[in-house]
Amino acid sequence: MAEILVLVEHVDGEVKKVTLELLTLARSLGSPSAVWAGPGYSEAAKARLAEYGADKIYVAGAQDIADHVVAPKAELLARLVSSASPAAVLVAATAEGKEVAGRLAIKTDSGVLTDAVGLSDGLVAEQSIFGGGVNVKSKVVKGTPIVAVRPNSTAPEASAGAAAEEQVEVELSDAAKAARVVERVAQDKGARPELTEAAIVVSGGRGVGSAENFAIIEKLADALGAAVGASRAATDAGWYPHQFQVGQTGKTVSPQLYIAAGISGAIQHRAGMQTAKTIVAINKDPEAPIFELADFGIVGDLHQIVPNLTEEVQKRK
Amino acid sequence: MNIVVCVKQVPDTATERKLNAKDNTLDRDAADGVINELCEYAVEEALKIKEAHGGEVTVLTMGPAKATDTIRKALAMGADKAVHLVDDALHGSDALSTSYALAQTLKKIGFDLVILGSESTDARTGVLAAMLAERLGAPQLTLARKVEIDGSSITIERLTDYGFDRVQASLPAVVSVVEKINEPRYPSFKGIMAAKKKPVQTLGIADAEIDAAQVGLSGAWSEVADFAVAPPRAAGTIVKDEGDGGAKAAEFLASKKFI
Ligand SMILES: Cc1cc2nc3c(=O)[nH]c(=O)nc-3n(C[C@H](O)[C@H](O)[C@H](O)COP(=O)(O)OP(=O)(O)OC[C@H]3O[C@@H](n4cnc5c(N)ncnc54)[C@H](O)[C@@H]3O)c2cc1C
Ligand SMILES: Cc1cc2nc3c(=O)[nH]c(=O)nc-3n(C[C@H](O)[C@H](O)[C@H](O)COP(=O)(O)OP(=O)(O)OC[C@H]3O[C@@H](n4cnc5c(N)ncnc54)[C@H](O)[C@@H]3O)c2cc1C
Repeated sequence: MAEILVLVEHVDGEVKKVTLELLTLARSLGSPSAVWAGPGYSEAAKARLAEYGADKIYVAGAQDIADHVVAPKAELLARLVSSASPAAVLVAATAEGKEVAGRLAIKTDSGVLTDAVGLSDGLVAEQSIFGGGVNVKSKVVKGTPIVAVRPNSTAPEASAGAAAEEQVEVELSDAAKAARVVERVAQDKGARPELTEAAIVVSGGRGVGSAENFAIIEKLADALGAAVGASRAATDAGWYPHQFQVGQTGKTVSPQLYIAAGISGAIQHRAGMQTAKTIVAINKDPEAPIFELADFGIVGDLHQIVPNLTEEVQKRK
Repeated sequence: MNIVVCVKQVPDTATERKLNAKDNTLDRDAADGVINELCEYAVEEALKIKEAHGGEVTVLTMGPAKATDTIRKALAMGADKAVHLVDDALHGSDALSTSYALAQTLKKIGFDLVILGSESTDARTGVLAAMLAERLGAPQLTLARKVEIDGSSITIERLTDYGFDRVQASLPAVVSVVEKINEPRYPSFKGIMAAKKKPVQTLGIADAEIDAAQVGLSGAWSEVADFAVAPPRAAGTIVKDEGDGGAKAAEFLASKKFI
């Protein structure tokens, strides 16, 4: 069976859920080979990748790969594309994943499809464009298909793989080392699920009113085991850190459930959450555009409704 | 400093956007063409850098004839001149073709700094800046929320999942910006008038030494095989809070098995 390369997303050595989704997807198309780039590889990581079906794991653990922006990962993958001749390369459709895919496409003279929400036989990708308004089937017609798959579009299923390990040395080109990371600044991450990976997201907007009031959004999120998101109005006001912004220039989320509290539903916000399976909106303005999307909407003051809802959720647990 | 800003004309997100059933490409006539919002941030950043370090700002657009509106907007903001890459052969280009055509043009016109928006609202591939860096062999400084230049050294704050990275390189470089970086200025009346007199150079693919086999629908590396308008979302239930909004919402969540 043809190899399918899957670029592993990992933070501090921990494999992200989207990678398990990609491995699951890759199994339906061929034999998944996980590609580990940068430091942090461990027995635990190996076990996780094996559990979700990695038949092979290429490990390139050099610190160099993490110290430069994007290009080294593309060089690593390009090397593996030429040595393994895979049927396809899958990456997560995160901002960085897409950039890796873009550079890799040029290095290997191959087409790239971004933001796929499905991938079927013959490597036909499904894309949901214009904020979910149009469904497209697309394919790569030159080179090795490179597909950036949106997190949360496949349910991860365990199925053991052989996980044969192969160490890979990469000699990075000068061009790949041209942009150097001189400092990494982490902002509070918290114990909640990763925003793009969460099954439930509770987001707050300008209607929340202050940084302190975000506590009621967090409490509801915790009661539901959800991630917290925010509109740009809320992140710009400094009420919530920017990496939790949902929207066109924030994160794209596709959870099972999205709860928007005090968010008007501007087009740029909708662009990042419109593909959620179920949408609940809480807004005091009955004309707010977010209600056009909502499966369930409550017109009223979020400062009353959100704490009440939290209490009800806790009662039913 | 020679700063080139890539700007794209996109269908207005406030109108209905469509694909053309004839060849499955974006229907550019169905909606009003506007400058991609993030490109305004890119123009603003270029103007700021010019104000601080001197030089010249050139706007580069690849797009049909009507994209001149977008060029005028950027010139009215204060850019000095523009290059418009326009050729029927470019119709249907994918991201690889587009990056190839833009890179060829950039090599022709020269640059110390190329600035783009981090993505455009129509395709949202978000790959163009990385592709240009790859094709031009220039450092990639993308997703910048802050740009600082000191002589020939450039440092940005790159947005990441966990916060940000400070990333450093030497000019020439390719930068993409996120909307946190600045507040784009509105063109003044004077700016709009002045824009009419600013030079716009029109190039075809031959002028920019672009190989026709690598652009357009037939040259593209990917193709749209089929598309369908998504069924509209079924109308939801909207209730007014009478002190029981929380309870009603909980009932709804329970009915969907979320709790
Ligand atoms: C280039 C560009 C990129 C952008 N990217 C993004 C992005 O990624 N994400 C994003 O979110 N936005 C983005 N925006 C901004 C977007 O256009 C909106 O300005 C933003 O989404 C508004 O946030 P909001 O809904 O929280 O605020 P508002 O639009 O001000 O809405 C607040 C809502 O809260 C309601 N409300 C107020 N008080 C209460 C209360 N007590 N109880 C209940 N409801 C209440 C109001 O009725 C109102 O509907 C972008 C804009 C640009 C130009
Ligand atoms: C709905 C849709 C989906 C698509 N999906 C894919 C896909 O999966 N794979 C693929 O290869 N192609 C795809 N395309 C085609 C691709 O979007 C175009 O080739 C496009 O020119 C690439 O740019 P982008 O807007 O996606 O780039 P982005 O990377 O999103 O744009 C970033 C920035 O690049 C600059 N820029 C982009 N285009 C131009 C231009 N023509 N002139 C000047 N500056 C520009 C702007 O500064 C812009 O802000 C798609 C097109 C559409 C309409």
